Amino acid sequence: MNKLPILLPLLLLSACSSVEPWVKPYERAHLADPIMSFARDPVANNYIHHVYDAREGGRGAGTASGGGCGCN
Amino acid sequence: MPAKAGAAPAPHPGADVVATSRNDSVRPLRVAAGLLLLLTSLAARGAVLPEDRADLLYHSYSGGGADINGPSLLVRKKFAEDVSVTANYYVDNVSSASIDVITTASPYEEQRTEYSLGLDYLRDRTILSIGYTNSVENDYIANTYSLGISQDMFGDLTTVSLGFIYGDNTVGRNGDSNFEEPAKLRDYRLSVSQILTQDLIVALTLETITDEGFLNNPYRSVRYLDPSSPRGYSYQAEVYPRTRTTNSVALRGRYYLPGRSALSAGYRYFSGSWGIQADTWELGYTLPWDEDWIFEFSYRFYDQGPAEFYSDLFPYRDAQNFLARDKEMSSFTTKTLGAGVTWYFEENGTGFIKRGTLNMNIDRIAFDYRDFRDLSVTGVAPGEEPLYAFNSTVLRLWLSIWF
Amino acid sequence: MLKKTPWMLMLLTALMLAVAPLQAKQANGPAPDFTLKSRDGGNVKLSELAGNVVMVNFWASWCAPCRVEMPKLNQLYNKYKDLGFVLLGVNVEEQQKPPLNFLQKRPVDFPILWDNRNEVSKEYKVIAMPTTVLVDRSGNIRYIHQGYKEGDEKKYRKIIKKLLRE
Repeated sequence: MNKLPILLPLLLLSACSSVEPWVKPYERAHLADPIMSFARDPVANNYIHHVYDAREGGRGAGTASGGGCGCN
Repeated sequence: MPAKAGAAPAPHPGADVVATSRNDSVRPLRVAAGLLLLLTSLAARGAVLPEDRADLLYHSYSGGGADINGPSLLVRKKFAEDVSVTANYYVDNVSSASIDVITTASPYEEQRTEYSLGLDYLRDRTILSIGYTNSVENDYIANTYSLGISQDMFGDLTTVSLGFIYGDNTVGRNGDSNFEEPAKLRDYRLSVSQILTQDLIVALTLETITDEGFLNNPYRSVRYLDPSSPRGYSYQAEVYPRTRTTNSVALRGRYYLPGRSALSAGYRYFSGSWGIQADTWELGYTLPWDEDWIFEFSYRFYDQGPAEFYSDLFPYRDAQNFLARDKEMSSFTTKTLGAGVTWYFEENGTGFIKRGTLNMNIDRIAFDYRDFRDLSVTGVAPGEEPLYAFNSTVLRLWLSIWF
Repeated sequence: MLKKTPWMLMLLTALMLAVAPLQAKQANGPAPDFTLKSRDGGNVKLSELAGNVVMVNFWASWCAPCRVEMPKLNQLYNKYKDLGFVLLGVNVEEQQKPPLNFLQKRPVDFPILWDNRNEVSKEYKVIAMPTTVLVDRSGNIRYIHQGYKEGDEKKYRKIIKKLLRE
């Protein structure tokens, strides 16, 4: 179990170089659409999370990010 | 809780301790301050910095006797093509007569002001982010520092983000200038998003937060059965542990439906060292209309189990080492129905404004407590008061421009 | 909390090392020939442009850096088109309506070709958006550029001038 912090990143390292992207950059029209964004409006999103954090006991893991056009 | 004149709070008959309560919404707002900053910076996607923009939001929360509203202004601008800077100004104007306030103290008004600065640096497929937030109100100062790194991998289909937030806060108490207690927070966050198909993206987020110091509300009290008191119960101050660790794991997905609309779903599991466990379920539907409109509908269900040391009514004084009667620590559910609309008043503009939207979002939240009772109802034996429930309305009205 | 530190550090190190920027195709060898329908209605065949310096730019209206790049490409086109330079804007979108909408607000003078089924994008192994390929007068690929950041048009200009002199 102690070896896990070392093993896991090494696994990631070896896996990354052999994977061919199955969604090509020119196939990302839908993913780049603003309606597919996890947080289209950060300021408004942050506020509603703040409302829940303040009134509920739960906190954390409130939002996600990623996806998008994959440009550059 | 006295009105903002620093007047001494009036003790209730039978109360051993001057029992004053704050609106529970104000306290953890400060914790969320740093998270707000990190979230804004982590929203940067893989290998492209977020676009330059300015957002002006009017926010309003109304319910359970509390009215909180104010502005939030965010400006984001790129410099030198590799760096993006954000600045945020946020105000909460609080007017509170919540259930704890009206049963143990008097309504109050106050203001909280928050400034944030953030910087994102892009290099290849890596984005490094740093941020600082300062939040001030008359009895709480929060300083939050954040660090984040975001990396695109595997053909830009995967984005891995790591974040760390350090909070250095000072808790004060109105009417007691000698009261000044530190509360420190450390927040670790890992997020992995994965594009599965041309139409589907999922994201897994893990977050662990530890805090230490003075972690409860300095005005709140618990009640215990007291036959010698006319009401049948008396108050004593809350006692919380001085450390806390919480863990969250969430899975979210967004799916593009043919004909251009999007479905979103998410689940979060929360648990903490104080014994609280919670499930959150979210569902959303985003529907564009014509060329210039987007409608959004959402539903959220939150179900929480109580903290180990929580009780609405303790059997006698000093019943436990730790005592809480904060309804946030109790067993309850919240159900939210939300609807929003976006109007693009400018798209592909050639002047200063490249794109612009006007937006409105309304959420209606129903709070239902399973073991927190409404003490505003009198003439009932202690412990027989009706369970507390209320509805609140959250309004967000904002203007966004991309330049 | 201390127990978490090695995890986080390791993961952070792995992240930094695991950057596997997909390498660009080696910029040598003949440019694969293609025939695509153009915005004006006619067909454009790459091999018929032999003798010119050809810049093939793969773009989409949903790609933010592509949108920023378009006016800069237009400037390059107008500056060098009389010296034997041709710029082909290969659009990779399935539908023609969104890019046409964009071009209406931000017009360009160079030809726009439709690669609706992404056949040419696959042939040219497009691995980023946008991708710019420079082909010399003999029909060989001499330079591939992935993505677009402000200032990249200066790099293009340098190579175009060099290839024009050949």
